[in-house]
Amino acid sequence: MSRGQVFYLQMGCLGLAVLLAPLFMSNPYYLNVLNVVALNVIAVTGLNLLIGFAGAVSLGHAAFIGLGAYLSGMLSSIWGWPPLAAALAAAVLAALVALVIGLPTLRLEGNYLVMATLGFNLIVGIIMLQADQYTGGPSGLSGIEPVRLLGMTFSDDQSFYWLAWAVALLGLALARNLAASRVGRGLRALHDSPLAAAAVGVPTANYKVRVFVLSAVYASISGSLYAHYFGIITPRTFDIFRSVELVTMCLVGGMGSLWGGFIGAAFLTPLPQALHVFDQYKDVFYGGLLMVLLIREPEGLVGAWRRLRPRFGPKATGRPA
Amino acid sequence: MTGGEQLAQYLMSGLTTGSIYALVALGFCLIHKATHIVNFAQGDFLSLGGLMMYSLLHWAGLPAPLAFVLAVAAVALVGAALERLAIRPAKSRDAMVLIFITVAASMFMRGIFKEVWGKQALAMPPLSPDVALKFLGATFTPQNLWVLGITLAAIALLSFFFRATLTGKAMRAVAANPRAAALMGIDTDRMVLYSFALAGALGGLAGVIITPITTLNYQVGVMMGLKGFASAVLGGYGSFTGAIAGGLALGLLESLATGVVSSAYKDLIAFVILLAVLFVRPGGLLGRAQQVRV
Repeated sequence: MSRGQVFYLQMGCLGLAVLLAPLFMSNPYYLNVLNVVALNVIAVTGLNLLIGFAGAVSLGHAAFIGLGAYLSGMLSSIWGWPPLAAALAAAVLAALVALVIGLPTLRLEGNYLVMATLGFNLIVGIIMLQADQYTGGPSGLSGIEPVRLLGMTFSDDQSFYWLAWAVALLGLALARNLAASRVGRGLRALHDSPLAAAAVGVPTANYKVRVFVLSAVYASISGSLYAHYFGIITPRTFDIFRSVELVTMCLVGGMGSLWGGFIGAAFLTPLPQALHVFDQYKDVFYGGLLMVLLIREPEGLVGAWRRLRPRFGPKATGRPA
Repeated sequence: MTGGEQLAQYLMSGLTTGSIYALVALGFCLIHKATHIVNFAQGDFLSLGGLMMYSLLHWAGLPAPLAFVLAVAAVALVGAALERLAIRPAKSRDAMVLIFITVAASMFMRGIFKEVWGKQALAMPPLSPDVALKFLGATFTPQNLWVLGITLAAIALLSFFFRATLTGKAMRAVAANPRAAALMGIDTDRMVLYSFALAGALGGLAGVIITPITTLNYQVGVMMGLKGFASAVLGGYGSFTGAIAGGLALGLLESLATGVVSSAYKDLIAFVILLAVLFVRPGGLLGRAQQVRV
């Protein structure tokens, strides 16, 4: 099987799992958790493209999610825009902001994007808190309309489940296509050897900026969906610690592997809910887990799996998709 | 208050916070020199300095000078432990991975602080009793003078250490060229360890002297760490002089801007400056940016 076929087989399995999962959900609360998993998968897939393919890390993705959530929420609840149009407008703005941040910093070496996105996240957080005539300040923005599409209203857990997972699967497929495209191949070359990539004519900085912009759009869409689903948003949901959490999901799964990001989001999102004690020890737990994993297993769960698999089964031929 | 008195007041408070930013920025700089990574746990060193001082004073009942020394030493030890237990054993040498180890360590430490010291604000006594002093129309407390004096002394000591002692010179050699330094018989691992310990000591020191003025809680260092980081970028990331200049400049800018624009957006200034510097002059005031050379 080619790598593309393997990916679509995996996608098919996931799609089937998504279709069947609600049948086994006796408690609507589990659906709610799965919905949050889907929203995280969307954001993490975008972030993973940036980390894995462009080799750059953003510590400001929570701010892009926040931009998506607040703009979409404000446009629809204050100015009466239809939620989908509001989400689209928010995504365009997030893309523009990413362009402004990415253009100057992605041409520089090393940590400049980390620094700039970190600063950006803090600025957005302060504005959300202080501009309370628009954002509602610390208590947040409430009464946001649910998404309406083709006569359907995606307000309850069950209907939103279909919407969120449809977008998540679409996002994964799109990311996979990008990875296999000219841009994706150029970026992989860039990731392995910037010098060689530039020598064969890959416009390295340009590609990095494009991926950064795309990842901001993923984050913004995730945020808009979040806002229209929960109906209420507060600044704390989009602070710098949320950004760290998203990077944690990428790294725990395995950076640069799309399934790695998916696994990270699917694994870490329900964990605090599943084990109530973690609420109090969330920082210790997240921080400790991430530290141990980065020290021992910098390639993440997917990396560990690739390393261990040959011991269990027949030798793999080539890298899986 | 006349305009001149008001200006003196802003200068005084700007220099005080600026000193703290400078100490934090120096910590960032030390670790950057040794390893080329950004240590995101630097702000937590500051929190820990204050928290340790508080505990040694109130729980152990030690006299202030002894508590001061022990608190700084304890944070230096934590800095060394971070290097020895998390950075050195890391399988990957990728800077991104190492940076996120420090991000994780920061979260982990903050979680521990929250468990040990709780979420509430703790009252930290000043180093000498509070009285209102007046100079050129500015009103301040002896703690402001302690902050300025101790920062100056720390910078002087640091400068002496790097110029006149063998260990200091060895650390500079490792920063300049680790391979050549190793070939000359310098134990580079040990020098990196010292850099983390020294960065811890500087952070702890900043925490001990500033928390009587600001407030003390388990995450007081987060914002100051981030602003110290902005200062380091402003001065030119990785430059000692730049770190000091950037810290003082940011402290003064913040203080003056609070007088002009609303204080609600005071925290915004540091990060707007951070972005502006990265866009316009990424090398900072005193440094050069590393362009990608391909």
